[in-house]
Amino acid sequence: MAVLVIADHDNASLKDSTNKTITAALALSGDVDVLVAGKDAKAAADAAAKVAGVRKVLLAESDELGQGLAEAVEATVVPLMGGYDAVLTPATSQGKNFSPRIAAKLDVAQISEIVEVVSNDTFVRPIYAGNALETVQSSDGKKVITVRATAFKAAGEGGSASVENVAAGAVSTKVKFVDQQLVKSARPELAGAKIVVSGGRAMGSAEEFQKVIEPLADKLGAAVGASRAAVDAGYAPNDYQVGQTGKVVAPELYIAVGISGAIQHLAGMKDSKVIVAINKDGDAPIFQVADFGLVADYKTAVPELMDALTAAGK
Amino acid sequence: MKVLVPVKRVIDSNVKARVKSDQSGVDLANVKMSINPFCEIAVEEAVRLKEKGTASEVVVISIGPAQAQETLRQALAMGADRAVLLQTDQDLEPLEVAKVLKAAIAEENPNVVIMGKQAIDGDNNATGQMLAAILDWPQATFASAIELSADTAKVTREVDGGLQTIEVGLPAIITADLRLNEPRYASLPNIMKAKKKPLDVKEAASLGVDLKPHLKVLKVTEPAKRSAGIKVETAGDLVANLKTAGVL
Repeated sequence: MAVLVIADHDNASLKDSTNKTITAALALSGDVDVLVAGKDAKAAADAAAKVAGVRKVLLAESDELGQGLAEAVEATVVPLMGGYDAVLTPATSQGKNFSPRIAAKLDVAQISEIVEVVSNDTFVRPIYAGNALETVQSSDGKKVITVRATAFKAAGEGGSASVENVAAGAVSTKVKFVDQQLVKSARPELAGAKIVVSGGRAMGSAEEFQKVIEPLADKLGAAVGASRAAVDAGYAPNDYQVGQTGKVVAPELYIAVGISGAIQHLAGMKDSKVIVAINKDGDAPIFQVADFGLVADYKTAVPELMDALTAAGK
Repeated sequence: MKVLVPVKRVIDSNVKARVKSDQSGVDLANVKMSINPFCEIAVEEAVRLKEKGTASEVVVISIGPAQAQETLRQALAMGADRAVLLQTDQDLEPLEVAKVLKAAIAEENPNVVIMGKQAIDGDNNATGQMLAAILDWPQATFASAIELSADTAKVTREVDGGLQTIEVGLPAIITADLRLNEPRYASLPNIMKAKKKPLDVKEAASLGVDLKPHLKVLKVTEPAKRSAGIKVETAGDLVANLKTAGVL
């Protein structure tokens, strides 16, 4: 069985989600190749070649791949699938964009966001925003899988695979890249952050949200999240929303400030390794999932926490 | 311009999904069901296009059990013109849904399909992309803004770390993300009016699509429960505990 991993990268370097997906692939097979599809992406391909366990790196380059067009990635991968029994992609927004296309072109199901490899054809995946886990067995000859990276450990360095060029697929539909506005934030991305600090409706205003949540996040090198209530009230932009209909996160540390813990929010963060809740209502449901609860008004608790972090050398 | 909006009936997003004790699935008996939130956003966008005069007709379509008629009526009450139910009691996988939709599109000939990016039950986020692939239509997923002209759509997409704008030729598949709009509440007069709007029911199987599943669900289990931890007295205690836990 040979497995292809499609790398998540920024052309210059490999994203951590790729290393984690390689670990999932190695649970399926010892023959794991990595495809780096991009533009001027040799550096990312070289980084992939150094990951332990990688057999070979395939590098495909074109303008359309550099723009991340789903049609281009699919057209690059599908012709390669003659040599592979499975293709694994990190379930990032980019991976989710093209992976189902590959499945459809191969006329197979996509096994979405797996969190565990049970065997060559059986996988565990969350449904209902993680409120249930589904174990599915695939009858397809080729498996198209997206991987929830947070569920796997990152494969380390130690490999010395070769890098081989492969043809970039052409886009057959009428699609044109116009531009992109990537947020130039010093903060990590919400979905992959090691620490997330989220604020809730208790903030009361967008100004307060920025004044309380963002400095705490910056002190910890954390991403900023928000509850749906805070987003609906306009205190934080929609892309901050953690929850069933927002982003599902599983950081090492999740700090919920002034969040009561509605079902819909818990669904988006309950797989975090350590959860901290700061809320003045000691009966708030968030405390039922929190490892460490601080029953206090955030207005005093957050400044005290900032001071305690400073004292601890943060 | 004709807009087709596929919608799905799912557990209401404010209800906690409960796993059946025999591990055969999630209990849907006596649970409040609603239109999938992302589908609702897609319906809202289509209705706004009609209100702006860009769209001439909004057709909503659902593949599901007889009760999905309620979901379609919800969409009609928001302002869609007409509804089609492709009835089946089978829980179809995204690829089969895409194939059924492809067959329906051959009959309806829409200029654009706007649909939710994912259903909050299966959480696959796949049907729109699969539909685009098998139709060989361009796709614009995770839309947070759509500018439609006669033969193109300029779509702003939510990607990791920011926004991307692409332009697709029509017909195309667009999938809606959360930021696209805030769906309206249907007014009582519109709910009454929706009861009189046309709703056709056909058997999904009548479209001649192979509906055989590719995946067998072996079991559905509850995730490991988190237990409540400890309450700390001060911010200093909190930091000390986090250090001990190794997350600082």
